[in-house]
Amino acid sequence: MFKWKKLGRIFNPIDYRDKSWMYEYAQAPSIVVFEKTVRVFFSSRPAPENGQYVSRMGYIDLNKENLFDIVSICESPVLSLGGLGTFDEFGTYPVSVIQVDDEILAYYAGWTRCESVPFNAAIGIAISKDNGNSFQRLGEGPVIPYTPDEPFVMGSPKIRKFGETWYLWYSATREWIPNEGQPQPVYKIRMATSVDGINWNKHHKDLIPNVLQENECQASADVLFYKGKYHMFFSYRHNLNFREPNRGYKIGYASSTDLINWKREDHKAGIEASESGWDSESVSYPFVFELNNKVYMLHQGNEIGRFGFGLAELESYVE
Amino acid sequence: MLNSMEGMKWKKIGKIFKPTDHQLPNNCFEFAQSPQTIVFEDFIRIYFSTREKDATGKYLSHVAYVDFEKNLQSILNISTKTVIPLGKLGCFDEHGIFPINVLKHEDKILAYTTGWNRKVSVSADASVGFAISHDKGVTFEKLGNGPVLTATLHEPFLVCDAFVAVFENQFHMWYIYGTQWTTFVEDQAPDRVYKIAHATSEDGINWKKEGRKIISDKINIEECQALPSVIFHNGLYHMVFCYRHASGFRTDKSKGYRLGYAYSKDLVNWIRDDDTFGIEMSENDWDSDMMCYPHFFKVENRVYLLYNGNEFGREGFGLAVLEN
Repeated sequence: MFKWKKLGRIFNPIDYRDKSWMYEYAQAPSIVVFEKTVRVFFSSRPAPENGQYVSRMGYIDLNKENLFDIVSICESPVLSLGGLGTFDEFGTYPVSVIQVDDEILAYYAGWTRCESVPFNAAIGIAISKDNGNSFQRLGEGPVIPYTPDEPFVMGSPKIRKFGETWYLWYSATREWIPNEGQPQPVYKIRMATSVDGINWNKHHKDLIPNVLQENECQASADVLFYKGKYHMFFSYRHNLNFREPNRGYKIGYASSTDLINWKREDHKAGIEASESGWDSESVSYPFVFELNNKVYMLHQGNEIGRFGFGLAELESYVE
Repeated sequence: MLNSMEGMKWKKIGKIFKPTDHQLPNNCFEFAQSPQTIVFEDFIRIYFSTREKDATGKYLSHVAYVDFEKNLQSILNISTKTVIPLGKLGCFDEHGIFPINVLKHEDKILAYTTGWNRKVSVSADASVGFAISHDKGVTFEKLGNGPVLTATLHEPFLVCDAFVAVFENQFHMWYIYGTQWTTFVEDQAPDRVYKIAHATSEDGINWKKEGRKIISDKINIEECQALPSVIFHNGLYHMVFCYRHASGFRTDKSKGYRLGYAYSKDLVNWIRDDDTFGIEMSENDWDSDMMCYPHFFKVENRVYLLYNGNEFGREGFGLAVLEN
């Protein structure tokens, strides 16, 4: 059982309207740790055109000794959009980063627009050799393909490495619900493993049982190894009408000893929406990490991160 | 004898199927594209893609078949119901299946479909699906809602036109992948460029892409190469395909589809040799503007070629037989 103490919002993009690429939204934070700073990557959005957004990847640097001290904010997106007709032509969101030697690899969902459904998504990979100031994609296509059982909308990648094995958790969409002309995807948390981070073997199974109903949507599975066990914090919500109170994203929890079999126990997540304030309706997209001998969780708040992300500190953990 | 060094000689039989002469399932009324065969003991089944118009006025390609006598002169039967349904909402094959490649394997018939899904910034994307028939090809059941071969890191879109054959106990697939979408003419919709590639498989379902373009360009780097078909005959592997210019190909006869040819001894190295293929466009006939979507097949060691003519097969397909 985890118990988190919320420390408050770190970053609200709406406070920085001078940056055209960062009109609103700071979604899905994910970090790399430098000597004096913590670089938090996230996805933000320029003002919508014709009601449609294009998510872009950027970062802020936080003082390592005081994570509420924003040292710098990147001036422009660190990854370009994909070319005409490619999977990531209309957005890169969310992004999950991992540091490997002198390089940073970014796994991100790329977005394209379709006729019968609003979008499709697939997971791409980009690399930075300048500490995350800029990224280049390794190829124009996705790094992990659609398959007969994962036919479309693969998103919310989370990259981790345990031992010599790379793990990619992601959301695989199984179905579009027609919903009277406003189609909504149903997606579940799945996993793939790799020896090199580029060639992936899919596990081909849903990892987490549903608690809401068959069409529960599951995303952003972040896994931490802590006190001898693997702990997964993820987001889940109702498939339809998820903007209504109590149907939006909450943070769920599951644990495992082998990364294959997971026991879902949401009540052990230990973090919920606040009574009031920036995260009073919803908390989602958890990112858990250890720093300075403490365990932290970055998470986004209301309207899936439209008004930024905040930080919580682990107060207690009892198995 | 089919020997690329000496050149081939084809005898054109002419157009053998005209879709508007027949009642087709799924409200289809024109087009019989990319004919591909299964040779049964006493008849030859030719699958093709035909089209209906949906409520928005856009085309949806559907698979149908026609059964011919073994002599390929008279029609026995035409499919009357859906051979393989289009995909559900959002699926890669929601807006059409074209072409379908079929392969007899053990007691089943395997199908490799090209499914189409419409997009916004470009017209569509495509991927390769897999389906099995347990009723001799009358109907097919899909393996899942997603594709078996699709976009990857270096083949970013338009993975389609699969042709599968088993040679020396291994499944081989020839297919095409997109290399670019480009607006060649201002204010006109973008056009695509695609190239022929190769993948192998142990089970026909899980594929390993070789990861390279295998046929050299003849026109220029923006040459579009499509619909490879491969046959083993007289000690050599022979590939026929079609190729065209990337833009202007719909209206300018000089830029439209032609048939190309390559041969290989080892399935690794292919030598392009269009000139020895020996089949030319007609004058003022059904195949005088373009020739496309070729398909090799053998009946009792005679080598045949099916193909489409003008307007990408709007008016049907024809046949040629190898004479030397």
